[in-house]
Amino acid sequence: MIGSVDQELLWLAAGVLAVLVGASVVGAILARHVTSDAPRATVTNLNDRIRAWWVMCAVFAIALLTRGIGSVLLFALISFLALREFITLTPTRHGDHRALLWVFFVVMPIQYWLVWSDWYGLFAIFIPVFVFLLVPTRNAIAGETEHFLERTATIQWALMICVYCVSYAPALLTLEFGSDENEGTKLLLFLVIVVQSSDVAQYIWGKLFGRRQIAPTVSRNKTWEGFVGGVLTAILLGTALWWITPFTPWQAALMSTVIALMGFGGGLTMSAIKRDRGVKDFGALIAGHGGVLDRIDSLCFAAPVFFHLTRYFFAA
Amino acid sequence: MTGFIALCVAALARLASGPSVRCVEDRPCRGQCIYFANHSSHLDFVVLWAVLSKDLRARTRPVAARDYWESSRLRQYMATRVFRAVLVDREGSSLAQLRAQMDHLTAALDAGDSLILFPEGTRGSDEAIGPFKSGLDYLARQQPDVDLIPVYLDNLHRIMPKGEFLPVPQLSCISFGAPLRRLEGEPKAAFLARAREAVERLKSS
Repeated sequence: MIGSVDQELLWLAAGVLAVLVGASVVGAILARHVTSDAPRATVTNLNDRIRAWWVMCAVFAIALLTRGIGSVLLFALISFLALREFITLTPTRHGDHRALLWVFFVVMPIQYWLVWSDWYGLFAIFIPVFVFLLVPTRNAIAGETEHFLERTATIQWALMICVYCVSYAPALLTLEFGSDENEGTKLLLFLVIVVQSSDVAQYIWGKLFGRRQIAPTVSRNKTWEGFVGGVLTAILLGTALWWITPFTPWQAALMSTVIALMGFGGGLTMSAIKRDRGVKDFGALIAGHGGVLDRIDSLCFAAPVFFHLTRYFFAA
Repeated sequence: MTGFIALCVAALARLASGPSVRCVEDRPCRGQCIYFANHSSHLDFVVLWAVLSKDLRARTRPVAARDYWESSRLRQYMATRVFRAVLVDREGSSLAQLRAQMDHLTAALDAGDSLILFPEGTRGSDEAIGPFKSGLDYLARQQPDVDLIPVYLDNLHRIMPKGEFLPVPQLSCISFGAPLRRLEGEPKAAFLARAREAVERLKSS
């Protein structure tokens, strides 16, 4: 297939396009038929979300078309924006400034350079081992001891979620499976499609049938009905996409289950952080969705687990 | 070239500070005005300047300290060419010199430009807003027709604290308040307190 357009990727692109067009049509119909105030707010938000999805899909498609470097740069940018949102909400102080400069301008570029240069051995331990020890040391040198453990742990956590976990998504491109050179790209697409469709399906099922809340103190939008409907939808979709992966259909179903469950865990965890900090969203960059971190919370949790399962069981 | 640098600086400032703009009244910042804000970071005027539209930015001049901005050629270039700052001497000068400085500011206003002013005079080290100095009152007397717009800059002191040379990127919020006018015959202290109160209100809302 070298040099020619990958047929499977074309089918996938057509499918995503069809879903987007369908969503826009439904959104337009809803906008025309809703008259009372409360549902109108929901429909306006829905249409904002759909429009943002068009943009996100376009950006993602462009990144994938440029092969490796585009995806690495896109996820590096996502990490940067997510980290910027996360640090804003955490109680860091002046004493953390220098450690944070290291995090933003040295650690993050190195992590993505490790992805790009395909140095798996260091990629997997750089942040959890080396930077884990570097950050508290730099903070201790700065000399501010008040809430030291909290501040240091927060920075480490921010790094793990916003940089380390996110970098697993483009790292899928470095996995090799024999002959197909687009396999990594398709795995990344598989992950993103399953995790995001799980989010969207949970939102839709929840809005339509949601009754019993899972953790009302954390999120009022997360219901058992939404969870079950969303996860099952994502599993069905993931299974139906088995042909773009190295998995058999039932393996694809298991992988989709893991992705959807991890994604749910990510969404719930990040909601708990938002409640604790007293905000609704991490930011306002993506209209209708909130911040970047609000959109990728489930991906953060799903990407590392999906990567390691795939690498252990399937990679050559 | 200078225009291109200005665009880049504005883009970098927005990248480092992810500013969301909040206008208490619908976009109060159209015509000529004096923006006055709290001061806690070197980023303050750059970010305030960067969130204005390109056209407004070209007609808005920050008021900045001469000793800092003339201390190196790069700074001087940035101040005079990119930001078109009105440079003023800090305290310690005689009354006549102060007059002369205020004349620079009124001259800029007479030319139709807007100003960015930090009435505290110097950066505080945290969120607390210090007492306002009298320059704002003087300008309000000299140019009673120019709108005075209170601005509150949130979180910039965490992005770039005093004494640091690089910013840690975070999100910030820039709140523009309703225009303020000095009342006829209003005493200086009362007007300055009212102006400070306007910024303080933006902080808590």
